Amino acid sequence: MTNHKPLHNTVSELRAAYLAGDTTPTQVVAEALGIIERTDKDIHAFLDVYKEQATAAAAAATARFAAKETNLPPLLGVPVAIKNNILIKGERATAGSKMLEHYRASYDATIIERLRAAGAIFIGATNMDEFAMGGSTEHSAYGPTRNPLAPTRVPGGSSGGSAAAVAMGAAPVAIGTDTGGSIRQPASYCGLVGFKPTYGAVSRYGLVAMGSSLDQAGPLTHTVADAKLIHEVMVGRDSYDATSRDYPVSSYVKGTPLTFGVPRSFLKDGVDADVLALFDKHCAAITAAGHKVVDIELPLFEQGLAAYYIVMPAEVSSNLARYDGIRYGLSVPGNDLLAVYENSRAEGLGAEVKRRILLGTYVLSSGYYDAYYKKAELVRTKMRAELAQVFSSVDVIVTPTAPTPAFRLGEQADPLSMYRQDIFTVPVNLTGIPALTFPMGEVNRDADCLPVGVQYSAPLGHDTRLLEIGIALYDERSL
Amino acid sequence: MTKEEIEHLARLSRIALSPAETVSFQSEITSILDYVSVVNAMAADETPHAPTVPEHINIFRADEVTNEPGSNTEVLLAAMPETHGRFMKVKKILNQND
Repeated sequence: MTNHKPLHNTVSELRAAYLAGDTTPTQVVAEALGIIERTDKDIHAFLDVYKEQATAAAAAATARFAAKETNLPPLLGVPVAIKNNILIKGERATAGSKMLEHYRASYDATIIERLRAAGAIFIGATNMDEFAMGGSTEHSAYGPTRNPLAPTRVPGGSSGGSAAAVAMGAAPVAIGTDTGGSIRQPASYCGLVGFKPTYGAVSRYGLVAMGSSLDQAGPLTHTVADAKLIHEVMVGRDSYDATSRDYPVSSYVKGTPLTFGVPRSFLKDGVDADVLALFDKHCAAITAAGHKVVDIELPLFEQGLAAYYIVMPAEVSSNLARYDGIRYGLSVPGNDLLAVYENSRAEGLGAEVKRRILLGTYVLSSGYYDAYYKKAELVRTKMRAELAQVFSSVDVIVTPTAPTPAFRLGEQADPLSMYRQDIFTVPVNLTGIPALTFPMGEVNRDADCLPVGVQYSAPLGHDTRLLEIGIALYDERSL
Repeated sequence: MTKEEIEHLARLSRIALSPAETVSFQSEITSILDYVSVVNAMAADETPHAPTVPEHINIFRADEVTNEPGSNTEVLLAAMPETHGRFMKVKKILNQND
């Protein structure tokens, strides 16, 4: 792939260049649109490109820089790609589903409002697994996205379009959502930084709901500093999301020795040998940088995937009940009301979505609720207690982000083997803690050189501290 | 999981399944349920968790109208598959004999 250098810049580099007059938002947005036009027919990162709106916003931003206004907002003139399950007023919000093919958002998500107020320019809507269900973007009703670093392979998912958009140089930042790893796993596959905030730190108002006790929106970027900048724009209590709250500010003083916990027994099965070798090398680098790496036990965490595949489908079956062909979205005729529901959902929803709705309906149904859903929620509570215990002696839990590098399109046909890609990421969502991924190296597969991410997770509410640790260990030390 | 159970779930879920979907979901959902059943062992000890662990909490706002009445009506009506004036149109749910 050609490396389209200009937009591999970071947000702070763009800002400096705008302030110095070296380039303008108009030039950068034109370049971004050019990259999309040349590259996206092969990659398919975007479902919609906001050419006119972005060009107009760029002209306005360019004028503000030219006028040398003071107190310019932090993201002024920065192109940002938005996952298509986040509502932008007047634009399509398909969530990667035929069900919402023609649905146009009637309001802005809170995070969109905040990014807009910070001066961000929305460059386009990115592809995703249908309703964010999947780990490869192959489950999009609009066709798969390819990994810009290795086009025979997937970009990960469900925020695969967002990851591909940044990796191909169409934007320095993309926003994704993460219910069980959907920001972190694609970031890992595409060689990016990805951040899943503490549950409730960022408003979910205006996100197409999947698992309401799990979903969070966050950035995909080239540096942790950029992820922090974007997160700080989006974070904070929103009266339209009753689960959102302000957490006390946390911080990390550079140079302070940290203790990293490695759940060693978690790594013994199913992790690619080359990924494991990179991970061991990464742990050695942490130690060499003056920190401590210790083994920890997280027995429940290791089996979190099982609890996740009860809780998540349960919430999916409930959240997706709204797509009934009556109020909005696809409506397929039928002889009676029931037939309208059944036909609309049969035609509008894809196989993976139906599978999860059925599974969720089962675990919530009378007679099985106690055996599945109630037990899974109890497991979550116990996992939180287990974590609290571990975090009393370590600052950061460190694991690979995903057990393998990016796989080939069509390679993971069995649902369960696809689900296992998320073993390290789902326990984070079940317990609500924040987690950061950044590249820890590359592995060779056939002719492809594939990036692999490492995941750092921290206690509830320690988002800023975790990001500052990431800046010290990744941005500034290149571990 | 039997074929009848899948069909029952599909009815509860309001999804018309094709025969091929019924067959594939039967085996896939069975194997997923086998896999997730481990939660029973994980939660065998039902002792309550330590009270120090923070729970998710709801923070409610005042129950007040925050927009101008009618300000969203047009756009919401436009999204509806079938309308009649300012009403959403649905199939009747009662038989004439009822």
